[in-house]
Order: sequence, then C-alpha cells, then structure tokens
Amino acid sequence: MAQRTAKGPAPRVPALDEELARRLLFDMMLIRRFEEKAGEMYALGKIGGFLHLSIGEEAVAVGAISTLRPDDYAISTYREHGHCLAKGSDPRRVMAELFGRRDGLSKGKGGSMHLFDKTVNFLGGHAIVGAHLPLATGVAFASKYRSDDRVILCFFGDGSVPEGEFHESMNLAALWKLPVVFICENNRYAMGTSLERALAQTEIWKFGHAYHMACEPVDGMDVLAVRDSIGKAVERARRESAPTLVEARTYRFRGHSMRDPAGAVYRTKEEVEREKLRDPIVLFRTRASEAGVLTDADVKALEKDVNDRVDEAVAFAEASPEPPVEWLFTDIYKEND
Amino acid sequence: MAVSKVVMPKLSEQMETGKLIKWIKKEGDRVQAGDIVAEVETDKADVEMEAFGAGVLRKILVQPGDRVPVGALIAVIAEPNDDIASVVAEAGGAAQAPAPAATTEPAPSRPAAAPPSKPAAAPAAAPKLPQRGDELVTREAPKPAATGTPATAPSGAAHPAAAAAPAGPAGGRVKASPLAKKIASQSGVDLRLIRGSGPGGRIIRKDVEAAATAGPSGTVAPAYAPSATGPEYEDVALSSMRATIAKRMPLSKGPVPHFYVTSDVAMDRAWELRESLNGLAGQPKISVNDLVIRACALTLLRHPGVNASFQGESIRVHHRVHMGIAVALEEGLITPVLRDVHAKSLAQIATEARDLAERARHRKLRANELSGATFSISNLGMFDVSEFSAIINPPEGAILAVGSVKVQPVVTDTGLGVGRRMKLTISCDHRVMDGAMGARFLQDVGRLLEEPLRLLV
Amino acid sequence: MPVITYREALNLALREEMQRDDRVFVIGEEVGLYEGAYKVTQGLLKEFGPRRIVDTPIAESGFTGAGIGAAMVGLRPVVEMMTFNFALLALDQIVNSAAKLHYMSGGQYHIPIVIRGPGGPAHQLAAQHSQSMETYFYHVPGLKVVRPSTPADAKGLLKSAIRDDNPVIFIESETLYAVKGEVPEDPDFTIPLGQAVVRREGTDVTVVAYMGMYYRAMEAAEELEKEGISVEIVDPRTLRPMDVDTIMASVRKTHRAVVVEAGAGFAGMGSEISAWIQEHAFDDLDAPVERVTGENAPMPYARNLERAKTPSKDKIIAAIRHVCYANGG
Repeated sequence: MAQRTAKGPAPRVPALDEELARRLLFDMMLIRRFEEKAGEMYALGKIGGFLHLSIGEEAVAVGAISTLRPDDYAISTYREHGHCLAKGSDPRRVMAELFGRRDGLSKGKGGSMHLFDKTVNFLGGHAIVGAHLPLATGVAFASKYRSDDRVILCFFGDGSVPEGEFHESMNLAALWKLPVVFICENNRYAMGTSLERALAQTEIWKFGHAYHMACEPVDGMDVLAVRDSIGKAVERARRESAPTLVEARTYRFRGHSMRDPAGAVYRTKEEVEREKLRDPIVLFRTRASEAGVLTDADVKALEKDVNDRVDEAVAFAEASPEPPVEWLFTDIYKEND
Repeated sequence: MAVSKVVMPKLSEQMETGKLIKWIKKEGDRVQAGDIVAEVETDKADVEMEAFGAGVLRKILVQPGDRVPVGALIAVIAEPNDDIASVVAEAGGAAQAPAPAATTEPAPSRPAAAPPSKPAAAPAAAPKLPQRGDELVTREAPKPAATGTPATAPSGAAHPAAAAAPAGPAGGRVKASPLAKKIASQSGVDLRLIRGSGPGGRIIRKDVEAAATAGPSGTVAPAYAPSATGPEYEDVALSSMRATIAKRMPLSKGPVPHFYVTSDVAMDRAWELRESLNGLAGQPKISVNDLVIRACALTLLRHPGVNASFQGESIRVHHRVHMGIAVALEEGLITPVLRDVHAKSLAQIATEARDLAERARHRKLRANELSGATFSISNLGMFDVSEFSAIINPPEGAILAVGSVKVQPVVTDTGLGVGRRMKLTISCDHRVMDGAMGARFLQDVGRLLEEPLRLLV
Repeated sequence: MPVITYREALNLALREEMQRDDRVFVIGEEVGLYEGAYKVTQGLLKEFGPRRIVDTPIAESGFTGAGIGAAMVGLRPVVEMMTFNFALLALDQIVNSAAKLHYMSGGQYHIPIVIRGPGGPAHQLAAQHSQSMETYFYHVPGLKVVRPSTPADAKGLLKSAIRDDNPVIFIESETLYAVKGEVPEDPDFTIPLGQAVVRREGTDVTVVAYMGMYYRAMEAAEELEKEGISVEIVDPRTLRPMDVDTIMASVRKTHRAVVVEAGAGFAGMGSEISAWIQEHAFDDLDAPVERVTGENAPMPYARNLERAKTPSKDKIIAAIRHVCYANGG
C-alpha cells in the first residue's frame, strides 16, 4: 500500500510522479470497488448487521494514510473499511470479517464495525461515536512515554464533534502535547442530522483554536490536498510531539448505512448528484491523466487489478468456514503470558 | 388445558364401590397422563390408578380409607389458572355422596393418615379442615407492615388469586429442606411421618436425624398372638376380597349348571422335559403349571367351544385365549389374566405367569390384568392334592382344576411300573358346552402333556 | 510481619510494581502533586516523576480512555478514580472499550489496565458519593472485579491486578484505608485473582461477605459464638471471576448460607451468589439462602437514615439465626 515506501516525512508539496499516482489511485479504487462489492454481498445476505460504506470519502483515508510509516498507527470509527484497507490490511481477510468467517481479521467476532489488524497497526473500528478519540490520545501518550516517534492518525466524523470525548481528547492531547492527528471526516451529516442542526460552530477545524492546537480545513475530495495537509500534521507530531486537528471536507455518496441506501430523506437528490461531480477518484484520475503520469491503459490495468483483488476477497470469504462455536468463549480474557 | 376429573374407576364388571387406599400424588403436584396418582382397593386387588389428563393435582376430594361409588369424583386435575370451582361444587351433589354403606376404615398401620373424612357433600368452599402443620405457620403469616405505609401493604384487591386459590401451602404437601429430603432418602425415613420444626412446618435436617435415630415409627405387631387367657373367639370382619368372593361364588355355583370331567395324565415325559429345560442356563424356570397353561392354550385354539362364554341370549366364542390363573393369597383368591397366551412361548408364559403371581401377592396388579379371561386354570398341586373341582368364574365357560403330580404304580403294556400321574378336572358350564366337548378337550390337553415336545413348537 | 494500614499496603503495591516494570504508570485526578485525594499515591510523584505519575484534569472518560489506548499498545496503566462514583463518567470506556477490545479484535489487542479507587458506603457523603459500584462492572464479560477487604489482600491483589493482562476493576474503601493488618514485605508476594478465602471457620452457617460487611459479619459471628452458633465466613475477594468452588465447599459443609452486601439488594451480588448456591448445592441446603443487603434506596445523608440504609450487625445476626432455625430467628 501507499504508506509502505513513505518512510520519513512526506514532501511538503507532493510531486505527482507515476509511482505515487499509481498507488493513490489504486488504493482509492480498491476501497471503492471493495465497498461496492460489500454492498452487493449485503444485499445477498452474505453480510449482516450494520454496513456503513465510505464511498465518496476515499481520498481522505488514502491521502492521510499515505503519509504514514508502517509502524505508525491509525484508528477509526465504524465506517472504517477504507482506513483499514489503506493501512495495508489484506482485502481477503477484511471481506472474511464482513462475512463473519474464521479467517476474518477478528476471527469473525467483530464484523464490519470492528476491524482490527495488529500486523499493520490498525487499531480498530470503534462503534460508539467519539469513544476512540480518548483511545487515540492514550496511544499517542504511549508513544511519548516511550520516546519513540510513532504517530497516530485518528479518523472520526462530524458526528463526534458534539460529543464530550472529542473535547476531552483535544484538551488532553494539547495539554500533554501528544503526537496525534485528529482527522475529522466532515461529510456534513451525522447519520441524518446535518452539521447545521448539530453544531453551533460549523467550522469544525476552528475548535483547534480553542485548545491551542494547530488546525486547518482541507478539501477531502482532493487526495493530494489531504496528503499535503496530513503530511504536515504528521511531521508536526513526529518532530514536535504536537497534535493537529484537520477538518477534511468530504461527502458520502451512499446513505448512512445499508438501511438508508439512498440517504435521501435528509438531503436532496440534487445535492447528492452535485457532490458526485466531485468524485475524488474521477478528479484524481483526470488530474493524473492531464499531468501525463497515467495513461488510459494504466488506469484500465489498475481497474482490472482492483477487480481481481476484490473478486479474490469474495471468493476467499466464501470459502472460509464459520468460526467454531467454541470460539464464543475464547478471547474474553487473555491468559497471562 | 381442560379440567380433568379423576373418578373412582370401574375396574371390573362387578365393581360397585372402591376404597381409596392412598394418594401417590399430593395436591399441588404436577401430573402427566399415565402417572400413577393413587392406589384404590377394588374387590379384587389394590390397583394403581393412572391419571388420564395432565396438569396439576388441584383438589383431592376423597381421603384415604374412604369408600365411594364407582364414577364418583375423587380429585381434580387442572392447570393452576383453571377455574375448578364448578367442577368441585358439582361433586358436592349426588354424584359425590358416599355410598350409603361407605365406611371410613381406621388405618392404624398408616400413622400419617388424614383426619377423619368429612361428609363429602360438604360444600367445596367450606373452610379446609386443619391440617397437621397449620399451627406451625407463624413466620410466614403476613405481618402488618411495620411502618404502616400503604406502599408496602399489598391491598387485597391486588391479589384476587390468593383468595380463590383453594390449596394453601399446608395443603398436605410435605415441606422439607432439600438436605432433609436427601438425608431422609438415604436413611429410609418417611418424611410424611415427621413433624417439621422449621418455619411453616418445614422439615429440616435435625428433624430427619432425630427420626432416623428413633427407629421405625410404626413397628408391626404380629398378626396373631395366641394367648391362654384371651377370649375364645373373635369375629373378623370380611375383607373386601372375602366379601366379594362370598357374594359372587353363589352367583356362579347357583345359576351356572356345572358338570365335571376328570382325566388322568401321564406326566413322566413332561417331567423329564421340564427337568431338562430347567437345566439350561439363562432360561426361566418352568413349572408344571406353565406346561399345563401352554397345553390348554394350544388346545383351546382347536376347541373354540370350550373357549367360550354364556351371554344370556348367545354364546360368545373367543378367538384369542386369555388365561385366568388363580393365585392363592392369605386372604383369599385372585385370578390375574395372562393375555393372548396362545401366542406365547413356554418361556414367555413362565416369565409372565410368575410376574403376575408375584404382583398379585403384593397387590400390585393393574386393573386390566384382573378381567377379561376366556378360560381359567386353578392349580392346587403344591398342596399335595389328588384332585379337586373348581367353580367357574362367570362369564367364562370352563375352568380347569389341576392336582399334584404323584409318583404311583402304573400298569404298563408289559406289566407294573412306577410313573408320574396328574389328575385334571374340568368344570364346564352346561349352558355353553356338553360333556363330550369337555372330555375331548381334556383328552387333547392330556395328549399334549404326554407328548410334551409339541409344547415347544 | 510488619503491621501497616490498608492505604500503605496499596501504596506499597504501586511502588513495588512501578519499580518492577517501567510500563506501569499511575494516571488520575490529584494523584501527583496532591499525593492522592486519599493519599494512596503519597510519595510516588517524588519517587517516579511526572512521566509516570500523571495528574489529569477532571475528565474521567478522557483519561480512562487514554489509559485504555496506552494499554492497547503495551503500557500497563493504573487509572485512579478519585472515588469510584466518578467511574460512571467513564463507564462507556470501561464497558465498551476496555472489556471488549480483546474479544472484538479476535484476541489481537489486550488491555492490561487497572482502574482503582474507593467505592462503597462511606460516612455521610450522601447518594452520589456513597454507593456500591461493583454492581455496574461485574456484569460485564471481559472485566475482572476485585474488592479487597484487608491490608494484605489490598497489596497482594493490587499487585496481581497490575500484572494481569486484562482490565481489572479494583474497588477499595474509604472506610478501610486506616485499617491495619499484617502485610508481607516480600515484593514477590501476590494473591491470585479469582481466589476466595475462608476468613473464619465454622460449622453451622456460611456467611459470604466482603469489605466493610466482612468486618460486620465477623462481629456478628463472635456474638453468635456465645449462643453456640458456629459461623464460617467466606470472603470472595474477587467478584469476577468468582471463586464459586470455595463458596460451594463451605455451603456443602454448613448446609446454610447468608450473603451480605452493602449495596442495594435488587440484582446484586447476593442475588448472584444465592443463585449459584441453589443451582449447585441445592440438595445440601437445610434452609433457603438468605441475603442481607443495603436497602433499596439511595444513600441518605442524615446519620440515622444512613444507618437504616446499610446492613447492620443486628440484621446479619437475625439472618444467621433465621437460617439456623435458632431462637429469635
């Protein structure tokens, strides 16, 4: 994945070379295709419970995580397929988890909302809104405690911002100067409640000022802009052990969950169609093509690769057995080593 | 679940009343159809009574010792929520009135016997007679709320069920702690005989332990103690069984025109066969009577006129052989029935006949084992009897009386020898058959016994 | 063996474990400069410095969550709740994060955290500061819950809790901090979690009690001894996982049981232990299991009401007599 070679600080102004363009596009397309497929599998009854798709928001996950080292951490919400895949998890094991199978990342015990992958330092999908912000703060605390220079990216939605835990975490991270980057994926709706109906201050990035924290808004549909903004924040965290709040303005093209497929009650169809014109994948593909770093043939090859990976993931998940019933009682407590 | 009435069953053609000996289930117990709920004494035996409905044994209307007419309601099985008031009230009417002759027999051998039975006609809503243990209910009696706050004092209206529920906790159920029950079952103490000292009369460990060390509570006195100074005689009341025999035998001997045919059977080969069979390991022991039963069963199939009964306007010829086997008891005679004996092997007959006799002696026969014979055998061979004649059990058409197998001098083809001989006497109802029929039947039975290998095929 | 207070025993356990393992740190309100609201952390800031003794603002969910996050990546935090009443502000973090992350991640991330502080009835602190908090936690699979009654247990169990790889809710008692007792000096002395102890041997009845109720039950037992009733007292020490075997063995011996708890009885620890006893030792019972619990009311302030709310020695004695079918019961 993109971060694999991103050792050291990201360049301030990312030069769009072919290799980088290929990686960013591949990752975004993989997430898109994976989630489209997941939606299909949900409709077929292969996936149960809640399934929250991030289609439309891929640039935030990919752009942000592309700035990390492999030993850096990422932590997210219940809408975390994209972050998990961008961090480098095997799509086959992610799909198996969605299927509730034994080869899933969490042995089928977590599901769509609880993806964890210790091998890539992905610290989870957390499904109580706002609750993982303190966890991210604690992870950053541990980095500082150990004097290693590992950074954590904490993704959350605009729905977390009115929660007390957002403010407690912002305060603690700033008070203790912790290497954490808070990335608010502002898709303008907390489930069905629009930003205006939830927050007195709708310029979310400005909450950073209240806590004396570096902060800025960024166009979340522009993967390079995200990469630039988060790259600076990661560098700040790593070099200065200081937190940042970034508000990435984005949009989800699908509903809140599969039970709200169109997402059409609380927003207009026209709005959705208008936003789709800013599809981050289309925007980036066009830009790369215009810059001459990717040809149509390159894109076609990437598309095929992505489709193959996702088909493989589905086949793998289908073939994976259900977890044995005895596993109901494993992993409740850890036996001391 | 419907309310299910438990009535005094009619367990034989002749049965008019029955006496409740004891309840196996208590009020409040859950019962399934087929569970044994009570033991009832009929004119023939003590019979275990099965429940025909499932539910909770809600109400017991007849106490041990009471004698009631056949068909009388003696208990009600229903679900806890079912209203049984009307059913019980109905029992208060004529149907439930004890037979005029009904008596309540004292049951000195059952110390836990219930209080003297009240007239069953008493309205069901009448207050329950005090039960043992009631006076011990002190702790669990509702106490007035200490503070008198209305919130803690449940209003009567909130508990209408409490008023309607007829059976209180002291309604005859033995209350014992689990430990007390465990110790009682280990030490063989009958919890019904113990007075509980715990709250609400609960039997607790120390009660059982005290009872266990005190020894058996009811020592059995010898039945008969001769004494030089006692009265010269005593009048013994007729037992239920003796009364029935006394009543029924004249009804047989009087109206039924008996005739008798006797025959001598050489039993040497049958004896040898029996010895050989009884030498085989793992086989049931075969008695002479078993051989006779088998011989009769096979012969009756070929002599259906003997396997027949008088029906007033017709003669009923039976296609199956149900053999009544008379069993002598201390207090009389009982004739349990071995069904479909024609289809049973010798070993089966031996096993089942022994079981029937055994259970007859312990008065554990079921009702359906006491009626329906098509032919009977009475064997007094064990009493060194040469021959005798038996009285027919109507409506059966015949009965075979079996004497002892005697070793005696016999005339053989070549001279005088020693042989085993047995006399069979058949009593026949002349309305059903004639002398020749009885004689031919007896002849064929004799042949089978003299060529006993035929009994094995 | 030195005799020290319960408070000193806890302090000693923290010191020893921090000396033993650099991953252990203490975080909470007033744990450093103030040296602990109840002085359990006295002297630790001086010895270990602000890196490992971390004062926090009043933000229970925030700093508890931070502790959990730090535990996810390998540290072993000891989070102090100034009083356990405040843990309700962090209940989501404890129940939904600490208890479940190991399970939800299929065993990838475990949470070696101790959340400790005083709980249970105190003196005239009224409804919000005087209540038994264990109830909120022992229901949750994935948590361990400890209630240490004596100074030695406080030390031995806290050390085990810190060394445990799972989240441990460790609830002390304000009323016991000054209690003195013999405590082993050996830094290797620990008491395993999930192990009950028979505090007093007896033959007639088993009383299960912990914390303040254990001391009250001891007084009751001494008094009943004079009447010829021999009381056995079992202190579960760890409420989850519960050492059911020790309790059952005692009940099978005495055939009677009384469970005492300070908290309100409805759906409390007494209910749980009673259920266990009837499920596993039914045929050994000579009497129904009795519970003596706090009344089902919030803790009032007035001294007389407070007394009425909490199980008294007399109530314990009455219950014991009752299950023993003894006079006055």
